[in-house]
Amino acid sequence: MAMLEIKDLRAEIEGTEILKGLNLSMDPGEVHAIMGPNGSGKSTLAHVLTGRDGYEVTGGDALFQGQSILEMEPEERAAVGLFLAFQYPVEIPGVTMTTFLKEAVNSIRKARGEDELDAMKFTKQLRERCKLLNIPEDMMRRSVNTGFSGGEKKRAEVLQMAALEPKLAVLDETDSGLDIDALKTVADGVNRLRSPERSMLVITHYQRLLNYIVPDHVHVMVKGQIVKSGGKDLAHELEAEGYAQFGEEKAA
Amino acid sequence: MSESALQPFHEQYTALTNAGSLPGSALPWLSNLRERGMTRFDELGFPTPRVEKWKYTNLRALERQVFHPATTMTASLGLDRVPTLIGEQAGHRAVFVNGRFRAEMSSLGRLPKGAKVMSFAQALEAEPNLLAEEIDQIAEGQDEQPFYHLNCAFMQDGLVLHVEEGAKIEEPIEVVYLAAADDESLAYHPRHLIVAGKNSEATLVEHHVGIGEANTLANHVTEIRVEPGAKLHHYKLNAETDAAFHVSTLHARVQENAFYDSFTLTTGGQLSRNEPHVKLEGSFADARLNGAYLQRGKQHCDNTTLIEHAVPDTHCREIFKGALEGKGRAVFAGKLHVYPDAQRTDGNQLSRCLLLSNQAEIDTKPELEIYADDVVCSHGCTAGELEKDPLFYLRSRGIPFPVARRMMVESFLAEVVQEITTEDLRQAFLDRVTDWLSRSEQ
Ligand SMILES: Nc1ncnc2c1ncn2[C@@H]1O[C@H](COP(=O)(O)OP(=O)(O)OP(=O)(O)O)[C@@H](O)[C@H]1O
Ligand SMILES: [Mg+2]
Repeated sequence: MAMLEIKDLRAEIEGTEILKGLNLSMDPGEVHAIMGPNGSGKSTLAHVLTGRDGYEVTGGDALFQGQSILEMEPEERAAVGLFLAFQYPVEIPGVTMTTFLKEAVNSIRKARGEDELDAMKFTKQLRERCKLLNIPEDMMRRSVNTGFSGGEKKRAEVLQMAALEPKLAVLDETDSGLDIDALKTVADGVNRLRSPERSMLVITHYQRLLNYIVPDHVHVMVKGQIVKSGGKDLAHELEAEGYAQFGEEKAA
Repeated sequence: MSESALQPFHEQYTALTNAGSLPGSALPWLSNLRERGMTRFDELGFPTPRVEKWKYTNLRALERQVFHPATTMTASLGLDRVPTLIGEQAGHRAVFVNGRFRAEMSSLGRLPKGAKVMSFAQALEAEPNLLAEEIDQIAEGQDEQPFYHLNCAFMQDGLVLHVEEGAKIEEPIEVVYLAAADDESLAYHPRHLIVAGKNSEATLVEHHVGIGEANTLANHVTEIRVEPGAKLHHYKLNAETDAAFHVSTLHARVQENAFYDSFTLTTGGQLSRNEPHVKLEGSFADARLNGAYLQRGKQHCDNTTLIEHAVPDTHCREIFKGALEGKGRAVFAGKLHVYPDAQRTDGNQLSRCLLLSNQAEIDTKPELEIYADDVVCSHGCTAGELEKDPLFYLRSRGIPFPVARRMMVESFLAEVVQEITTEDLRQAFLDRVTDWLSRSEQ
């Protein structure tokens, strides 16, 4: 069974149609990349999949392991194994990273009928994951994303993914704002999570990330549709030629 | 104002004075004060919404009640233990039931030399001069406060805390005010006096709780003087029942280099009105007038504050934050008055409210009267729903909506609770916030 199957999905924001009949299918263990010009609807797709307010789905469906998720609450989608690394992570002053992650990990465990992690186990796991992603531990005592640098926010998103162990992770421009070393660290972190049971949808503008996280398939999204799909070489092609071939004007 | 609402108070007053059973009834100053109180209350009556300071708090529900005067209760309260914020082992605890001091329930421990905690009735015997000199003398601008006068007419007991010059009380003093009424509606009018002598330091925690089904009216008046160089931390939790009316009028004078640090959390009550009037009357006097409120159902909480900067170089910071659920209502009216020669006044005021339902309502009225020109004064107020983006962010990580909401409200309120300087107390107040949120309606 496919991990994710998107069928002719249409969605609008405030009456403007952004996703215009989008099709995509991902099998377990696969990494897919989506590339496409600014404003083509990549983040919209990520938000519609995770259940953010303000989008109206007007047609089609999205099936996660065969089950339609479009009617589910965001927290239910997380519980079945969906994760979004945000393009713009949100600051939440007054809630520490530790409190937040502990609540998140245990909420998901509870929803799956598993025992909650005790404080010691949780702290141990968190410490290990911080180390892997080169995140100083005292960042966990700070408020969620508050005052984090752009790169720190992105690393923190991957840390959350590592802590929540989703089945399907959507990474929305997790590479933007990272310096070269951080990009490697983040890519290593992501690669370590690759497994036959886990799929990843990587949204990016840069072929460079895909040198580190090598995708099985690359899709080009233009104006709310997937207009071309291919192997990892498609990314090189796009890097060289841009999106003009798909009827997009080059930026002046 | 309806005459009939005043009638029972009048009859009760006559009965009490005729019986000569009021404490201190032989003291002329006290009898005069009571008499004047009754007369003035008669003239003013309960305030209607036409009275500017009561515009947003309607007292009809209170006026409809016939309150009986609370008498000394001897019957068991059906309480295993007295609720506490500081822990049963710790410190000093004075317990009042329906406004009367209960020595047998209190545990005042060993107070340091120079610190006195007494009941008002005890002080009338032991220190009549202290009361004669201070009661009704610290208060200012009380002429238009009907509840103040009602309190004067009926005052019988309350807390007297006197910290002498230089004395430092390390452990907090907790005063538990228990409102207990089961069969009939009860009213009582406790009168408190707190004098923090020169360079002294103390922490006072007021803990208002209630048991029983019947309505209560607790009409507190507190007079406070913080003398030069003294520090007084004054924290209050109002967690009375949904049947309780709570009116608290406070007059505080803060003298040179003194610090008055207050925080008021209101979670309980059917209708609560906190009306502190803080006068900074010595240079470099400093005050915190902070608070938080959590109201739901049909609860109503009104914080109407007045801060006067009477001399140059005084400082005050005021932050009130709250969250309202259901048909919860709140009022914040904060007046800041800077006298003509009070140069270099530093006064900040902030009111922020979260509306967790679309039937919840807050009325905010900041009022700045500034007659000096070299001042730094600011005020800000916001009211609105929970922000959507953080809420979605939390939920997208699997945190269920009610928990995500609780986390956000908690962090919103924690910002002002953090202002409590004693760590254990800060935690105790935060726990109360968490408790309230975990009992959420939605
Ligand atoms: N609240 C909104 N109201 C109206 N239009 C919106 C709103 N949010 C997004 N859009 C529009 O939807 C379109 C798709 O936006 P989206 O963020 O999905 O693009 P994207 O492909 O992720 O772009 P980028 O590469 O710049 O991140 C854009 O034209 C954007 O302006
Ligand atoms: Mg985007």
